[in-house]
Amino acid sequence: MKLRIYALAYLLFLYAPIILLPLFAFNDATIIAFPLAGFTTEWFSELTQNKALHEAVKNSLFIALMTAIFSTLLGICAARAGAMANFPGKRGIIGFVMLPLVLPEIIVAVSLLVILRQVLGVNLSNWTIIAAHVLICTPFCIAILNGAFQNLDPSMEEAALDLGESRWSAFRLVTLPLVMPGIISSMLIAFTISLDEFIIAFFLTGTNPTMPVYIWGLLRFPASLPVVMALGTLLVALSIILLTLAEILRRRGIKRAGGTDKGGFL
Amino acid sequence: MSALITLTGVEKYYGDYHALRDINLTIDEGEFFSLLGPSGCGKTTLLRTIAGFEGVSGGTVMISGKDMADVPPNLRPTNMVFQSYAIFPHLSVAENVAFGLRKRQMSKADKAEAVKEALAMVGLDGYGARAAHALSGGQRQRVALARALILKPKVLLLDEPLSALDKKMREHMQVELIRLQRAVGITFILVTHDQEEALVMSDRIAVMFEGEIGQLADPETLYRRPNSRRVAEFIGKMNFINGTASATDDGAKLLVPGLGKCTVPAEQCPQGVRTGDVAIGIRPETLAILFEGDTAPRHAADAVVDEVVYYGDMTYYDVRVDDVAAPLTIAMKNLIGRPVLEVGDKARIAWDDRALVVF
Repeated sequence: MKLRIYALAYLLFLYAPIILLPLFAFNDATIIAFPLAGFTTEWFSELTQNKALHEAVKNSLFIALMTAIFSTLLGICAARAGAMANFPGKRGIIGFVMLPLVLPEIIVAVSLLVILRQVLGVNLSNWTIIAAHVLICTPFCIAILNGAFQNLDPSMEEAALDLGESRWSAFRLVTLPLVMPGIISSMLIAFTISLDEFIIAFFLTGTNPTMPVYIWGLLRFPASLPVVMALGTLLVALSIILLTLAEILRRRGIKRAGGTDKGGFL
Repeated sequence: MSALITLTGVEKYYGDYHALRDINLTIDEGEFFSLLGPSGCGKTTLLRTIAGFEGVSGGTVMISGKDMADVPPNLRPTNMVFQSYAIFPHLSVAENVAFGLRKRQMSKADKAEAVKEALAMVGLDGYGARAAHALSGGQRQRVALARALILKPKVLLLDEPLSALDKKMREHMQVELIRLQRAVGITFILVTHDQEEALVMSDRIAVMFEGEIGQLADPETLYRRPNSRRVAEFIGKMNFINGTASATDDGAKLLVPGLGKCTVPAEQCPQGVRTGDVAIGIRPETLAILFEGDTAPRHAADAVVDEVVYYGDMTYYDVRVDDVAAPLTIAMKNLIGRPVLEVGDKARIAWDDRALVVF
């Protein structure tokens, strides 16, 4: 009985802030406070009319998509090397590649800003944010893809080679289909991370803000708070859907390759 | 028969580790050849060298008179059955079997016909549409065999193909493989650590230790005339007795403590005839315990039963003989009317000088 209370308190602590989002998104009042005033979808319809917001969302979607593609490509290279090849210092190198996972984002953001502006003299644009997001997403992609590649029997690719395929076609015909669920799952995770990343985007954003940066700008006007709540509600829903999809695909991939689940992120 | 594969002075290093040492080997067309040895002896490395998955550090690998040094595995006339079978789980059985035909210029109908034939050959008629990941171990192996044999390679390489199967299935597949090899007439090279499997299936066996070939012979020679103690110990079971030898013109006079004296021809001394201390090897089934009515043996000695292990068809006795340090193991068939002795019983044992091997 006691344990149940602890568990409930624990869940409340984790999810109360997120539950408040939709609550106030549908609340018919500009002030974020209890008691609730009534039901409205006004804030959501306001969302659909905000041109600047639409631009920001478009930027963010483009950045997230590119980040997903590039970091997954890098992840495939690293995971395949980690799982199939043997080279001196492999463990150390893999560990080093995973390091950005624990680097404070603010440090990454500041140092990237200095390097891009002062050292390289690059103009800030969506592409600078993409580059930075690839940096922080790649370790996540490697972690997911490692699972997919390590569950793969190394004899599979050799068997395809033995049956007359070239190295590339053996990879394409056998390895790729078997790790495809892992690849999709990796892209979804990278997409989600990039979509709501704020600190780096805030530092590196050019003239067009990304969606999180735009939301941060909105917070200066109390009247627009409920709109932010509505947008937040949509984002949470999207994140949950994408992450669930990613996990389902990861599990299916392991099953397909005939391995046992060794645990992923979720 | 003509030589199909010729290995000359093959060496393989992994860093400092010397995996293959000066391997010289000729394998004939249509031969069932086995590489036998304990784990880590280099037998799988040698197989992978023939397949092309491992390069050599020295020496040459020739197949059909052609140097394979620059030929990648996909262009060699070899196909492999992997230890894990490596059946592609995302494809159906038929797609797995047809995989190697992708690069061949054949009509769809011809390919389908070839797949059907290959599946029939391994006893999997009608399994084509099944999903590969739903197969049992024995079925996977048959698919792997069909997938390799459909390409009609000159050599089929089998890497411990039976080790993942249970005992009944393994014995069944041994017979199947022999039948299959005779039917297709392709050279089979089998890697195994199971001496019985190698003896049952092979025309010739190369026994490997620590990257070297210890002995290369047909199964009977390997069993009856092992050329060293380690081969004798690896293949089957053998008793060793310390004795003394004195060389004669065409053999050796032996003094076997506890058993007696005899002479053996030079062919029973694989390491050469010499005078001095020797180890005398004798297989358990060439020793016998004498029961009433048995014909008079060439040689006999008194012993005491030390241990009895009953196997149903056979009984293994460990007996002590005066002046022999370790107990001798004797394998006796449990014939009708023949009693099974008990520990402590006195026994008269028979031995035959023709069964001795002198090391």
